[in-house]
Amino acid sequence: MADQRNYDVVIIGAGPAGLTAGLYTARAKLSTVVLEKELVGGQIANVEHVENFPGFPDGVGGYELGQLMQQQAEKFGATIIGAEATGLEIKEDNRKVVKTTQGDFETGVVIIAGAATRKKLGVPGEEEFIGRGVSYCATCDAPLFQDKMVAVVGGGDAAITEALHLAKFAAKVTLIHRRDELRATVLLRDRVLGEPKIDILWDTTVDEVVGETLVKRLKLNNVKTGAKAVLELDGIFVSIGFMPDTGFLKGVVHLDPIGHIITNDKMETDVPGILAAGDIRNSSVRQAITAAGDGATAAVTVEHFLNEQQK
Amino acid sequence: MSKPTPVDDATFEKEVLQADKPVLVDFWAAWCKPCLMVAPILDELAEEYDGKLNFVKLDVDSSARTAANYGIMSIPTLLIFKGGEPVLTIVGTMPKPELKKRIEAKLE
Repeated sequence: MADQRNYDVVIIGAGPAGLTAGLYTARAKLSTVVLEKELVGGQIANVEHVENFPGFPDGVGGYELGQLMQQQAEKFGATIIGAEATGLEIKEDNRKVVKTTQGDFETGVVIIAGAATRKKLGVPGEEEFIGRGVSYCATCDAPLFQDKMVAVVGGGDAAITEALHLAKFAAKVTLIHRRDELRATVLLRDRVLGEPKIDILWDTTVDEVVGETLVKRLKLNNVKTGAKAVLELDGIFVSIGFMPDTGFLKGVVHLDPIGHIITNDKMETDVPGILAAGDIRNSSVRQAITAAGDGATAAVTVEHFLNEQQK
Repeated sequence: MSKPTPVDDATFEKEVLQADKPVLVDFWAAWCKPCLMVAPILDELAEEYDGKLNFVKLDVDSSARTAANYGIMSIPTLLIFKGGEPVLTIVGTMPKPELKKRIEAKLE
């Protein structure tokens, strides 16, 4: 197969946003490549069971959903490549060059639909014990904590889903949340509050992960009272969200102070021919289905953009 | 043609610890989706490093003893053994070029 380096559309990120955009642009007969640095499906691929994606009344595995989206995009001709975008340059003729760990890709249009990095706690011991009790993926590791004591740090939908999944295996799950209420949807909140294996520590943050070869305990801090505590356990699952990983876009497109890409409602950035879709956008509500919707919107905008250019 | 071959608690000693070549062990399980993403990359690498590095896979579900011996609490975890000792640990998924870089640093 020829090593193609020139596409009508380069899409960064193969989550719901990128795969939907790729499905639409490929179906519109635009040559399309989707770059994925980690896991096809994106964040959703790590969700055990997705209940709120329309069309699946009994829910669907997040990984399976990602695979289905990939198949559908590929069926219409999109190419999916494992590569991480490291830079984006605009040439004098307005064509774009996406620099990646697998070389450069040249294109007329870029849709940025990924580039999120899992947030870490940033406390002593965390890095040291990754894979030895510190985990960022409950669906991967929950069965390894059968009858053990674990904690989940976070309070959003993802954290609650992970805590509920862990409760199927672990002896006890402690949910550690820095606020005094959960951000998660009511349905998930009710489930977690009704799960006898899950305890919630409110207003609490982690100061340090302590262990020997494996994790042994957490040092905790109550943010309201300043009280310190120690929690003995075997595992800690960190689920405090994602940071937009848009450092490579600084000075290229307009970013908000956190690093999310600012777009209009057609998914256009301030640079013609560069669009953004999904969680990476500043006004995204960060759901799989809205990300997919963003991807479709971006693709339709791209079609109009390219048609205008040809006139 | 060489693909990662399965090892278990019973064969680990012979296939990994007593191997005459360095061995990369893929600790995985069927429930672990990222493990399924790593597998095809390892299939390719097993061909590329044929003769230099043996590739084996250990199901942490059915070979829990070996997994526990090496403190495997997250998967996918890749361990490279040289002369019966682990010399490199890689936790989680990463793109193939990055993986190759880390492996090559340990093969020299």
